[in-house]
Amino acid sequence: MTTFDIDRIRADFPILKREVHGQPLVYFDNAATTQKPRQVIDALVHYYEHYNANIHRGIHALAEEATARYEETRQKVADFIGAPGPECIVFTRNTTESINLVANAWGRKNLGEGDEIILSTMEHHSNLVPWQMLAQATGAKLRHIDIDDEGRLAGDSVEQLIGERAKLVAITHMSNVLGTVNPVRQIADLAHAQGALLLVDGAQSVPHLPVNVQELDCDFLAFSAHKMLGPTGVGVLYARHELLESMDPFLGGGEMIRRVGLEESTWNDVPWKFEAGTPNIGDVCAFGAALDYLQELGMEQVRAHEVSLAQQAMRRLSEVPGITIYGPKSDEARGGVVSFNLEDIHPHDLGTVLDRHGVAIRAGHHCAQPLMARLDVVATARASFYVYNKEEELDALIEGIQAAVRLFRAPAPTRT
Amino acid sequence: MPQPQPEPEFDELYREIILDHYRSPRHHQPLANAQVVAEGYNPLCGDEVELQLNFENGAISDVSVQGRGCSISQASGSLLGDIVLGKPTDEARRLIGLVTNMLTDAEAEPPEELGDLEALQGVAKFPARVKCATLAWHTLEDGLKQREAAGADRPIVTRHDE
Ligand SMILES: Cc1ncc(COP(=O)(O)O)c(C=O)c1O
Repeated sequence: MTTFDIDRIRADFPILKREVHGQPLVYFDNAATTQKPRQVIDALVHYYEHYNANIHRGIHALAEEATARYEETRQKVADFIGAPGPECIVFTRNTTESINLVANAWGRKNLGEGDEIILSTMEHHSNLVPWQMLAQATGAKLRHIDIDDEGRLAGDSVEQLIGERAKLVAITHMSNVLGTVNPVRQIADLAHAQGALLLVDGAQSVPHLPVNVQELDCDFLAFSAHKMLGPTGVGVLYARHELLESMDPFLGGGEMIRRVGLEESTWNDVPWKFEAGTPNIGDVCAFGAALDYLQELGMEQVRAHEVSLAQQAMRRLSEVPGITIYGPKSDEARGGVVSFNLEDIHPHDLGTVLDRHGVAIRAGHHCAQPLMARLDVVATARASFYVYNKEEELDALIEGIQAAVRLFRAPAPTRT
Repeated sequence: MPQPQPEPEFDELYREIILDHYRSPRHHQPLANAQVVAEGYNPLCGDEVELQLNFENGAISDVSVQGRGCSISQASGSLLGDIVLGKPTDEARRLIGLVTNMLTDAEAEPPEELGDLEALQGVAKFPARVKCATLAWHTLEDGLKQREAAGADRPIVTRHDE
């Protein structure tokens, strides 16, 4: 059990007081985006009401204050993921942009004909499409690690595919569909033994479990603030300092330069070299409040709370006749994401019925079409949990599912 | 936790006719040598509909509807089979216009000639589900158009992405 004071946590989230279709909101779509605590909302308002200014250029008090807060958040991010220093942290718009940054600024310079990029069949489109584009531009080849029947990376496939032609392994830390937590450290060792780099898609891991980039020994880590209590529009790229130094810029413009001539320019130091133009200052500052909030809860506790919810959810869901639950069964190998399908009921129909019960889940391909094909389904229903969810909310989920079963499986009464 | 009340709008989406067509879809037998095979796919939700059609004297003489997907997409296909069977292709085109108009305009009064199809009217109030309902109709539209372009005398397969 967890040491969470769940009622106190819930009181911090204004949106949890609202009703949906006359029912209390049960928000189980946290893998898509999470709700925001009062502290984060206040931090955003505070920025606009008290120190809104452009950063790194003004010499007035507001600009200095905004710059200090912005850079303070960079330090908080570094601390949160155990990075050696803030120079390893680049702010982007989201995970997707962070991955595109690596594909363009590192990939185009370092990959060529015959080089291999190793991915897996469980990747989100944002850790797949940028590599497809890069492969097309450079002649590099994509190879995909398969999954086993429980939805884990197939061990033999991992070792076979990471061979001497591998230049980059790009893998999700936790699947947004299966909930699988991948053995990133082992993969890092395999990749490095072949001279390849490792990029970790941390969109679903950094918000939900303790992540330390030095322990994982990854070269790049990408994640999004909006999936961890923070505002939308802020993403993070962590990269090893030497890599950032050696990479070309991604976007060109203001902020990322040192001297600009008519024909040529020189680049700013890292990480600013990768932050062209006015960044999302207000949201970065507010993201700092989200990191504080999670630090205070403790990521071990967050993880334990979600594992316990996922366990309860799987136990109760498995009692529903005709249900298929995807992903690993054991606690260590999974996080708080539970995907499932009901026989004869399409996830969209289930989603619509659950919505009427106030329960928000996701139904669809979850931006993982190759994984859907691998599972041989068109879509799944997915419930995903976070710090403010409680066991009692599972009642509404189960009741909603039962209502859908009554609606769609009942024999049609004779028409009049 | 309070018991959810059945909501009028909800019943408007899942009308009994729709549930009935979903549970027991009509025109489900595949055709042996269809002149037109029109496949429709909605990449967003993975709904699939496959229409097989034969023609005689400018009218749809045979129709088969298959697929997998949500109740709305599949019931819509089944209802399509009911109404276009035996209709001249021009008439089928006109019906496609009437139905898609009803599905996308929440204010539109469904014309009486649409019969049971009127049950799909509620979809217009659920923006996330409109494409589920229009899939079969746009698939048919595409199939008819391409048949005309191809000259009607050799079998064709068409693919439509909603
Ligand atoms: C595993 C994974 N990777 C990447 C992303 C993309 O995140 P964003 O849309 O914030 O760029 C998501 C979120 O949907 C995800 O779950």
